[in-house]
Amino acid sequence: MTLLLVVAGAALGAPARYLTDRAIQRLHSGHFPFGTLIVNVVGSLILGLAAGGTATTSGVYALVGTGFCGALTTYSTFGYETVRLLEQHAPRRALANAAVSIAAGLGAAFAGVAIGTAVWH
Amino acid sequence: MRFTRPEPALPTDSDIDLEIPSQRTETHWPVVVAISTGGVLGALARYGIAQAWPTPVGGFPWATFVINVTGCLLIGALMVVVTDLAPRQRLLRPFLGVGVLGGYTTFSTYAVEIRNLIAAGAPGTAALYLLATLAAACAAVFAGLTVARVVTWLVTA
Repeated sequence: MTLLLVVAGAALGAPARYLTDRAIQRLHSGHFPFGTLIVNVVGSLILGLAAGGTATTSGVYALVGTGFCGALTTYSTFGYETVRLLEQHAPRRALANAAVSIAAGLGAAFAGVAIGTAVWH
Repeated sequence: MRFTRPEPALPTDSDIDLEIPSQRTETHWPVVVAISTGGVLGALARYGIAQAWPTPVGGFPWATFVINVTGCLLIGALMVVVTDLAPRQRLLRPFLGVGVLGGYTTFSTYAVEIRNLIAAGAPGTAALYLLATLAAACAAVFAGLTVARVVTWLVTA
Protein backbone atom coordinates (compact mmCIF):
# COMPACT_ATOMS: atom_id res chain seq x y z
CA MET A 1 0.00 0.00 0.00
CA THR A 2 2.81 2.41 0.94
CA LEU A 3 4.52 1.59 -2.34
CA LEU A 4 1.37 2.50 -4.30
CA LEU A 5 1.15 5.85 -2.51
CA VAL A 6 4.80 6.60 -3.37
CA VAL A 7 4.05 5.68 -7.02
CA ALA A 8 0.94 7.92 -7.13
CA GLY A 9 2.78 10.87 -5.58
CA ALA A 10 5.79 10.54 -7.88
CA ALA A 11 3.59 10.12 -10.99
CA LEU A 12 2.20 13.61 -10.22
CA GLY A 13 5.34 15.19 -8.73
CA ALA A 14 7.74 14.70 -11.67
CA PRO A 15 5.47 16.24 -14.35
CA ALA A 16 4.47 18.97 -11.86
CA ARG A 17 8.16 19.97 -11.69
CA TYR A 18 8.43 20.04 -15.46
CA LEU A 19 5.24 22.07 -15.99
CA THR A 20 6.00 24.52 -13.14
CA ASP A 21 9.61 24.96 -14.25
CA ARG A 22 8.37 25.71 -17.75
CA ALA A 23 5.66 28.12 -16.61
CA ILE A 24 8.30 30.07 -14.64
CA GLN A 25 10.88 30.04 -17.45
CA ARG A 26 8.21 31.43 -19.77
CA LEU A 27 8.01 34.57 -17.60
CA HIS A 28 11.57 35.66 -18.36
CA SER A 29 14.03 35.39 -21.23
CA GLY A 30 17.27 35.08 -19.25
CA HIS A 31 19.40 32.05 -18.53
CA PHE A 32 19.18 31.85 -14.76
CA PRO A 33 17.40 28.61 -13.71
CA PHE A 34 14.64 30.26 -11.62
CA GLY A 35 12.22 27.39 -12.36
CA THR A 36 14.19 24.68 -10.56
CA LEU A 37 15.00 27.06 -7.71
CA ILE A 38 11.33 27.85 -7.05
CA VAL A 39 10.19 24.23 -7.42
CA ASN A 40 12.86 23.09 -4.92
CA VAL A 41 11.89 25.76 -2.38
CA VAL A 42 8.15 25.07 -2.70
CA GLY A 43 8.79 21.30 -2.43
CA SER A 44 10.88 21.85 0.72
CA LEU A 45 7.99 23.83 2.26
CA ILE A 46 5.44 21.09 1.43
CA LEU A 47 7.74 18.31 2.72
CA GLY A 48 8.24 20.36 5.90
CA LEU A 49 4.46 20.62 6.31
CA ALA A 50 4.12 16.85 5.83
CA ALA A 51 7.00 16.09 8.23
CA GLY A 52 5.58 18.43 10.88
CA GLY A 53 1.98 17.36 10.43
CA THR A 54 2.22 13.57 10.10
CA ALA A 55 4.50 10.69 11.11
CA THR A 56 7.02 9.72 8.44
CA THR A 57 5.53 6.19 8.54
CA SER A 58 2.02 7.44 7.59
CA GLY A 59 0.33 6.97 4.23
CA VAL A 60 -0.04 10.74 3.80
CA TYR A 61 3.74 11.13 4.16
CA ALA A 62 4.38 8.36 1.59
CA LEU A 63 2.04 10.08 -0.90
CA VAL A 64 2.81 13.76 -0.29
CA GLY A 65 6.37 13.54 1.09
CA THR A 66 8.28 10.58 -0.36
CA GLY A 67 6.28 10.42 -3.59
CA PHE A 68 5.17 13.91 -4.56
CA CYS A 69 7.81 16.17 -2.93
CA GLY A 70 10.63 13.71 -3.66
CA ALA A 71 9.79 13.68 -7.36
CA LEU A 72 8.83 17.37 -7.48
CA THR A 73 12.22 18.49 -6.17
CA THR A 74 15.54 17.56 -7.72
CA TYR A 75 19.19 17.66 -6.78
CA SER A 76 20.45 16.39 -10.15
CA THR A 77 19.03 19.33 -12.12
CA PHE A 78 20.16 21.76 -9.39
CA GLY A 79 23.70 20.32 -9.42
CA TYR A 80 23.83 20.22 -13.21
CA GLU A 81 22.68 23.85 -13.53
CA THR A 82 25.22 25.02 -10.96
CA VAL A 83 28.10 23.28 -12.78
CA ARG A 84 26.92 24.55 -16.17
CA LEU A 85 26.86 28.14 -14.85
CA LEU A 86 30.45 27.59 -13.65
CA GLU A 87 31.47 26.22 -17.06
CA GLN A 88 29.86 29.21 -18.77
CA HIS A 89 32.17 31.48 -16.74
CA ALA A 90 29.34 32.76 -14.54
CA PRO A 91 30.75 31.85 -11.10
CA ARG A 92 28.67 34.48 -9.28
CA ARG A 93 25.46 33.14 -10.80
CA ALA A 94 26.52 29.59 -9.89
CA LEU A 95 27.23 30.66 -6.32
CA ALA A 96 23.96 32.63 -6.16
CA ASN A 97 22.01 29.63 -7.46
CA ALA A 98 23.53 27.33 -4.82
CA ALA A 99 23.33 29.83 -1.94
CA VAL A 100 19.78 31.05 -2.63
CA SER A 101 18.47 27.51 -3.32
CA ILE A 102 19.91 26.12 -0.09
CA ALA A 103 19.13 29.13 2.12
CA ALA A 104 15.56 29.47 0.84
CA GLY A 105 15.00 25.67 0.83
CA LEU A 106 16.23 25.40 4.42
CA GLY A 107 14.08 28.38 5.47
CA ALA A 108 11.07 26.78 3.78
CA ALA A 109 11.77 23.45 5.55
CA PHE A 110 11.93 25.19 8.97
CA ALA A 111 8.73 27.14 8.24
CA GLY A 112 6.95 24.06 6.91
CA VAL A 113 7.74 21.88 9.94
CA ALA A 114 6.72 24.69 12.33
CA ILE A 115 3.42 25.33 10.53
CA GLY A 116 2.70 21.59 10.10
CA THR A 117 3.31 20.93 13.78
CA ALA A 118 1.16 23.91 14.87
CA VAL A 119 -1.78 23.10 12.57
CA TRP A 120 -2.03 19.29 12.75
CA HIS A 121 -0.77 18.46 16.22
CA MET B 1 41.04 20.22 -22.57
CA ARG B 2 37.65 20.27 -24.33
CA PHE B 3 36.20 17.19 -25.92
CA THR B 4 32.96 18.53 -27.38
CA ARG B 5 31.72 21.53 -29.28
CA PRO B 6 31.90 24.79 -27.30
CA GLU B 7 29.38 26.46 -25.10
CA PRO B 8 25.86 26.51 -26.59
CA ALA B 9 25.92 22.71 -27.17
CA LEU B 10 24.90 21.90 -23.60
CA PRO B 11 21.92 23.73 -22.10
CA THR B 12 22.04 25.42 -18.68
CA ASP B 13 18.78 23.82 -17.54
CA SER B 14 18.69 20.06 -18.08
CA ASP B 15 14.89 20.00 -17.73
CA ILE B 16 14.00 22.80 -20.13
CA ASP B 17 16.44 24.03 -22.76
CA LEU B 18 16.40 27.80 -22.24
CA GLU B 19 17.92 28.29 -25.71
CA ILE B 20 14.84 26.82 -27.41
CA PRO B 21 11.86 29.17 -26.86
CA SER B 22 9.25 26.51 -27.78
CA GLN B 23 10.37 24.33 -24.84
CA ARG B 24 9.03 27.00 -22.49
CA THR B 25 5.56 26.96 -24.06
CA GLU B 26 4.37 23.94 -26.10
CA THR B 27 3.06 20.93 -24.20
CA HIS B 28 3.83 17.55 -25.74
CA TRP B 29 1.82 14.90 -23.94
CA PRO B 30 4.16 11.99 -24.77
CA VAL B 31 6.87 14.04 -23.01
CA VAL B 32 4.68 14.51 -19.91
CA VAL B 33 3.88 10.78 -19.81
CA ALA B 34 7.59 9.89 -20.21
CA ILE B 35 8.46 12.25 -17.33
CA SER B 36 5.74 10.81 -15.09
CA THR B 37 6.78 7.20 -15.80
CA GLY B 38 10.44 7.99 -15.27
CA GLY B 39 9.63 9.90 -12.08
CA VAL B 40 7.87 6.85 -10.63
CA LEU B 41 10.87 4.58 -11.38
CA GLY B 42 13.32 7.07 -9.89
CA ALA B 43 11.18 7.60 -6.78
CA LEU B 44 10.87 3.82 -6.23
CA ALA B 45 14.67 3.45 -6.40
CA ARG B 46 15.06 6.31 -3.89
CA TYR B 47 12.38 4.81 -1.61
CA GLY B 48 14.06 1.38 -1.74
CA ILE B 49 17.49 2.77 -0.84
CA ALA B 50 16.05 4.94 1.96
CA GLN B 51 14.16 1.94 3.43
CA ALA B 52 17.23 -0.30 3.30
CA TRP B 53 19.52 2.37 4.79
CA PRO B 54 17.65 4.29 7.52
CA THR B 55 19.29 7.31 9.16
CA PRO B 56 19.37 7.37 12.99
CA VAL B 57 18.22 10.63 14.66
CA GLY B 58 21.15 13.07 14.60
CA GLY B 59 23.15 10.84 12.21
CA PHE B 60 24.58 11.71 8.81
CA PRO B 61 21.89 11.00 6.14
CA TRP B 62 24.03 8.65 4.02
CA ALA B 63 21.14 7.30 1.93
CA THR B 64 20.06 10.73 0.60
CA PHE B 65 23.70 11.77 0.20
CA VAL B 66 24.51 8.75 -1.98
CA ILE B 67 21.23 9.09 -3.93
CA ASN B 68 21.85 12.76 -4.75
CA VAL B 69 25.54 12.33 -5.63
CA THR B 70 24.99 9.27 -7.88
CA GLY B 71 22.05 11.06 -9.55
CA CYS B 72 24.34 14.03 -10.27
CA LEU B 73 27.03 11.76 -11.75
CA LEU B 74 24.42 10.24 -14.06
CA ILE B 75 22.83 13.57 -15.17
CA GLY B 76 26.28 14.86 -16.19
CA ALA B 77 26.91 11.82 -18.36
CA LEU B 78 23.33 11.74 -19.67
CA MET B 79 23.34 15.35 -20.87
CA VAL B 80 26.44 14.78 -23.00
CA VAL B 81 24.98 11.54 -24.40
CA VAL B 82 21.59 13.05 -25.33
CA THR B 83 23.18 16.21 -26.77
CA ASP B 84 26.09 14.69 -28.71
CA LEU B 85 25.45 10.98 -29.25
CA ALA B 86 21.66 10.64 -29.45
CA PRO B 87 20.20 14.08 -30.31
CA ARG B 88 17.28 12.54 -32.22
CA GLN B 89 15.96 10.50 -29.29
CA ARG B 90 13.43 13.15 -28.22
CA LEU B 91 11.96 11.22 -25.28
CA LEU B 92 15.30 10.05 -23.86
CA ARG B 93 16.05 13.23 -21.94
CA PRO B 94 12.49 13.74 -20.59
CA PHE B 95 12.34 10.08 -19.49
CA LEU B 96 15.84 9.63 -18.00
CA GLY B 97 16.83 13.18 -17.07
CA VAL B 98 13.65 14.96 -16.03
CA GLY B 99 11.84 11.78 -14.97
CA VAL B 100 14.11 9.05 -13.58
CA LEU B 101 16.94 11.24 -12.22
CA GLY B 102 14.58 14.03 -11.15
CA GLY B 103 12.40 11.52 -9.30
CA TYR B 104 15.44 9.71 -7.87
CA THR B 105 17.25 12.75 -6.46
CA THR B 106 15.56 15.05 -3.98
CA PHE B 107 16.18 18.57 -2.75
CA SER B 108 13.25 18.66 -0.29
CA THR B 109 14.51 15.66 1.74
CA TYR B 110 17.98 17.26 1.82
CA ALA B 111 16.52 20.54 3.18
CA VAL B 112 14.29 18.85 5.79
CA GLU B 113 17.15 16.55 6.91
CA ILE B 114 19.40 19.59 7.52
CA ARG B 115 16.55 21.19 9.49
CA ASN B 116 16.06 17.99 11.51
CA LEU B 117 19.79 17.71 12.30
CA ILE B 118 19.81 21.30 13.59
CA ALA B 119 16.62 20.62 15.62
CA ALA B 120 18.20 17.41 17.03
CA GLY B 121 21.15 19.44 18.37
CA ALA B 122 23.67 18.33 15.74
CA PRO B 123 24.49 21.59 13.90
CA GLY B 124 27.99 20.34 13.02
CA THR B 125 26.61 17.28 11.23
CA ALA B 126 23.99 19.54 9.56
CA ALA B 127 26.70 21.89 8.22
CA LEU B 128 28.87 18.97 7.12
CA TYR B 129 25.92 17.31 5.34
CA LEU B 130 24.91 20.61 3.66
CA LEU B 131 28.39 21.35 2.31
CA ALA B 132 29.48 17.77 1.57
CA THR B 133 26.37 17.12 -0.55
CA LEU B 134 26.81 20.38 -2.50
CA ALA B 135 30.53 19.78 -3.12
CA ALA B 136 30.19 16.08 -3.97
CA ALA B 137 27.15 16.73 -6.20
CA CYS B 138 28.96 19.40 -8.24
CA ALA B 139 32.10 17.24 -8.46
CA ALA B 140 29.92 14.31 -9.58
CA VAL B 141 28.22 16.36 -12.33
CA PHE B 142 31.64 17.50 -13.53
CA ALA B 143 32.99 13.92 -13.44
CA GLY B 144 29.95 12.65 -15.37
CA LEU B 145 30.31 15.38 -17.98
CA THR B 146 34.04 14.79 -18.34
CA VAL B 147 33.87 10.99 -18.67
CA ALA B 148 31.03 11.25 -21.20
CA ARG B 149 32.92 13.92 -23.17
CA VAL B 150 36.02 11.70 -23.33
CA VAL B 151 33.90 8.73 -24.46
CA THR B 152 32.08 10.90 -27.05
CA TRP B 153 35.41 12.19 -28.31
CA LEU B 154 36.80 8.64 -28.62
CA VAL B 155 33.64 7.38 -30.35
CA THR B 156 33.34 10.24 -32.83
CA ALA B 157 37.07 10.82 -33.48
